[in-house]
Amino acid sequence: MTFFFYLFAGVAIGGGIGVVMSKNPVASLLFMVTTLAAMAGTFVLLEAHFLAAIQIIVYAGAIMVLFLFVIMLLNLGHDYRKDLKGGAFAVLSFGVIGSIAGLLATRLRTADAMPAEGAIAIDAALAEHGAVGAIAEPLYTTYVVPFEITGILLLVAIVGAVVLAKREV
Amino acid sequence: MDLQPISGVPALIAITAKNLLIFGGVLIVVAYATLAERRVSAFIQDRRGPNRVGPFGLFQPLADGLKNILKEETLPATASRFFFVLAPLLVLVPSLVTFAVIPIAAPLPTPWGVVDMIIADVPIGILYVLAFSSLAVYGVVLGGWASNNKYAFLGGLRASAQMVSYEVALGLSIIAVLMMTGNVTLAEMVWQQQQLGMWFAFPLSLAFILFVVSAFAETNRLPFDMPEAESELVTGYHTEYSAMKFSAFMISEFGHMVTASALMATLFLGGWDLPGTWDNAFWYQGQLIGGFAQDGSVILAQPTWWKTLLTLGGFAAKTGFFLLLYIWIRWTLPRFRYDQVMALGWKVMLPTALAYIMLVGGTILVLDELGVAWGFGYGLALTAVSGVATFAFIFFIDRGRTITGAAAGAAQKREIKTIPQVSSRPAIAEHAAVGD
Repeated sequence: MTFFFYLFAGVAIGGGIGVVMSKNPVASLLFMVTTLAAMAGTFVLLEAHFLAAIQIIVYAGAIMVLFLFVIMLLNLGHDYRKDLKGGAFAVLSFGVIGSIAGLLATRLRTADAMPAEGAIAIDAALAEHGAVGAIAEPLYTTYVVPFEITGILLLVAIVGAVVLAKREV
Repeated sequence: MDLQPISGVPALIAITAKNLLIFGGVLIVVAYATLAERRVSAFIQDRRGPNRVGPFGLFQPLADGLKNILKEETLPATASRFFFVLAPLLVLVPSLVTFAVIPIAAPLPTPWGVVDMIIADVPIGILYVLAFSSLAVYGVVLGGWASNNKYAFLGGLRASAQMVSYEVALGLSIIAVLMMTGNVTLAEMVWQQQQLGMWFAFPLSLAFILFVVSAFAETNRLPFDMPEAESELVTGYHTEYSAMKFSAFMISEFGHMVTASALMATLFLGGWDLPGTWDNAFWYQGQLIGGFAQDGSVILAQPTWWKTLLTLGGFAAKTGFFLLLYIWIRWTLPRFRYDQVMALGWKVMLPTALAYIMLVGGTILVLDELGVAWGFGYGLALTAVSGVATFAFIFFIDRGRTITGAAAGAAQKREIKTIPQVSSRPAIAEHAAVGD
């Protein structure tokens, strides 16, 4: 298990570095897909099978395909250099990365292991409802209103996108 | 005999053996599917097909493989080499690994424990299948893009648009099955079909039709083979590929077909289930059970090796039927136009699938509220409701053209046949008389 955790973590970090380092946007995108797949792997190690599947289906399989579509259709990637040059950009990016790393370090130093009751509750939910039911049960009972509102928000976004695109045509 | 799942070292051996046998078997089926396609197409077109290599041409796939290995590997001068080589692999792997979650036969008892005839009974079952089929798009798109060829690129773009569109209808048609089984593992789907006493193709007939059509579009097979439409795009995304890389695309297309056929058989034709309750088996709370008694207590299953073999044969027959259907349709129907494919996907399949989910969900709710027991009567009620929906769907999509048109044409032919029989004899006699 530990071996697989380090394997997936290493692939995820390597993929993340690849995303920002590669000069070809298609290569960047494939590194991104690799990172997402490796994260799905860590989800499986955490027994969150449903999240792993959704990670692949939604992010790797649908959203990134649309990104690829856009990159290929617009033939992007010829003028990226002048966008990224400049000292301000370097300072900003190192500042962001540094503060995230600092936050993570302090959090990890003080974080406890997951309380045993939580793990037992999750195991019980998985045994009773299965991998999907364990998430669906609270989502459609306790949290049904926020869930539906999120759905309406997405619908509004889609309608807005269609309206904006139609005006151009 | 104590029925416990196999564990320890024998389990490792069993898993290795299952991996080798099942994936090896799938690859052999893929090889012979290529031969079957050529022989069946020849049969449909009144030709002989490849019959020179070995008896009935049975060694033709071996000859094809050898030819593909020995041929020259070409690389277009302007292609991006890494992605060009990567693309066939990205198509090949997802089309084969999906088979890992499909149960192929009843559990096999061994002296060391019971072996499930499935490589990985993962708790997310069908979602695993959807995840990997959604990854298959990358290989096709990258292949088209990396070739640096306009036809290949157009093929790749078409493929991605088509696969993303039909994934929606595919996923929505599966939801009806999920509502019936209440879980996403394929083993439980087979079990619930055994419990219902009928295969889901009947109570969920419209979902079955939608799934079959979407699966055809997902595998890029005729009448949906837009990405490689010869008359428009040479051969689409694999125009620039030769030798084994081309062969990898072909193997993945047929591998995709085999996996999709096995999925259709599992979701809608009961998987490895054969009629009758003698072969039922399912892991329920640590016991391998064959059903429930009237008072709710469990009846233990009696797995034997011949039940495993028979059910494997049943599964192979159902998968083979769908493979034949794939080939049969390819050589029967002409290709759609691209805008027709998209219109069918978004304007017909998607709304129909959504409406059907509401219909099935409502029917299940009513049946449960009425207290109908999960069994044959439950299935019959759903069959009636779905039958009406399916009939309406086919009636509206046909628009009085194909089916009713063919019926009208047949009626007309009968009329034409009967009229000359009455009036032609005197005419011929007259003609003959003039000739004399």
